[in-house]
Amino acid sequence: MSAQLKILRAGPSMTLQDMGRPRHLALGLSRGGAMDKLALAEGAALLGQLADTLTLEMAALGGEFEASEDVRIALTGAPMRVSIDAEAVVWNASHWLPAGARLSIGAATAGCYGYLHVGGGFAADPFLGAASAHLSAGIGALLQAGETLAIGTDTGREINRVIEPEDRFHGGAIRLTPSFQTHLFGKAELDRLQAEPLHRAARANRMGVAMTPQGGGYYIEGGRNVVSEIVLPGDIQITGDGMPFVLMVECQTTGGYPRIGTVLPCDLPRVAQAPAGAELRFRFVDLEEAVELERAEAKRRAELGKSCRPLIRDPRYMRDLLSYNLIGGVVAGNEELEEVT
Amino acid sequence: MTNPSLEYPIIRTGGVDGLLVNFGDRLSEPANRAALAFRAAIEAEGWDGVEETSSTLVSCFIRFDPLHLPHDVMKAKLETLVKGRNWFDAALPTGRRYWRIPTVYGTDLAPQLAQAAAAAGMSEAEAVTSLSDARVRVQALGFAPGQPYLGELPKAWDIPRQSQLTERVPQGALVVAIRQFVLFGVSAPTGWQHVGQTAIKLFQPEADEPILLRPGDEVQFVATDAASLNNMRSDPNGGATYEMIK
Repeated sequence: MSAQLKILRAGPSMTLQDMGRPRHLALGLSRGGAMDKLALAEGAALLGQLADTLTLEMAALGGEFEASEDVRIALTGAPMRVSIDAEAVVWNASHWLPAGARLSIGAATAGCYGYLHVGGGFAADPFLGAASAHLSAGIGALLQAGETLAIGTDTGREINRVIEPEDRFHGGAIRLTPSFQTHLFGKAELDRLQAEPLHRAARANRMGVAMTPQGGGYYIEGGRNVVSEIVLPGDIQITGDGMPFVLMVECQTTGGYPRIGTVLPCDLPRVAQAPAGAELRFRFVDLEEAVELERAEAKRRAELGKSCRPLIRDPRYMRDLLSYNLIGGVVAGNEELEEVT
Repeated sequence: MTNPSLEYPIIRTGGVDGLLVNFGDRLSEPANRAALAFRAAIEAEGWDGVEETSSTLVSCFIRFDPLHLPHDVMKAKLETLVKGRNWFDAALPTGRRYWRIPTVYGTDLAPQLAQAAAAAGMSEAEAVTSLSDARVRVQALGFAPGQPYLGELPKAWDIPRQSQLTERVPQGALVVAIRQFVLFGVSAPTGWQHVGQTAIKLFQPEADEPILLRPGDEVQFVATDAASLNNMRSDPNGGATYEMIK
């Protein structure tokens, strides 16, 4: 029998995710998949498997889990407090999760979306070529406590590896290409978008992330009467009141509110992981530069495995940490943790 | 926003990997037929590097892989195909169907009938007659799975979207703006006005054919009452019936 992972406690927004379902736009289905696809690539590098492997996505808060057999796990994306049988373990690393041990993942300490990967990936029935949940389309559902997730056959062996993540958990610079409607906006509004920082608003989910511009709403003449046109993930939609939304993985496939620009795919993880209030600075790049940036990022992601290195564990030290935890209930900072966070 | 100096079709880029062959800046029958026919032509070409295509109301969208197929090469191929014929006189797809979908207009099921009627300069009763008499065509699927844009409604319905999004309309909601209907396949926020409610499920993931309506199909949203609609909720098609268009 193959291994299973039981969910003992579930955060409010946990789903199974992969690279999504491209090529169904004509049906009206956006591609979906993980909000932070770089985190999938990082997890895959740690476990030596494909990035398009079914993984558990956790928004803001994790959960508690128990495996039926010994399994390999990796933790990537927004760093979260995590322990195995009350012993703190390192984020952005792969670990051994023994059968029956309690994996406990708490709140994110930076960013928004954390990922729990298992060796062999989670196994679920595909629909239109993928098993990931697409909540806005009614495909799949939020995971609940008490559910048991099947795990695929794991052909890998490596554990205790650590990866240095790209720091994308605090907002920052975001590069844009023109969207199909950028030409409808005046120069003044395009200049303002690139001059003023925008802050991530409270409203954000897998469909889109709301932004608050410092200088008020963005204006477009006749913007409420634009004919509905194709929407791409990363499009910055300007709604009727002038507020920008960056449309994300579960976005609509067409829409009539004009889009002022489109975030480069390689910068979308930074938007997904920006916490409420984080400052984002947008800048257009020309198409040739955008293609080269994507090319460089694709190469970097394909070679992430090379940048993984061994996670040094000292048995004596681990015992100390365990006792620390039992006594104080708080994990103190230490060399190993400081090194990677 | 019409720019008379522009000559359609226009090829635009969007994002790093998207191209749009745009047949007009407003919905029109010829532009919609051109978009459907152009997409069929691209699919038939089967070019390497084209990842997917889709047609919208007045455009054909092409997503391709710019890391292997440079933008200028892709654009040149599209320009050649565009110039190959007059796309505006293309025929509609074959195998079209005429649907009748039971709809409750107004009441608490569709609370924006009154304001939409006022925007169109009609009484509520006139609005119901106008909307339920209209035989509209599925011009594109989009927004959510299986969800149709339908048109074109009489001129009076050239009303703008709302400036503020409605927080959520239910699945099966019939909404109106800019001489079009959208029939919602999912519960979602929208800027269009909610004038009718149906019991149809446009996307049925478990079914052999998960998508109910296709571009080119014609639809009439016939008026019914809330009790009848409630009885139709056990039917995934929500009481909708169709016949083939000959």
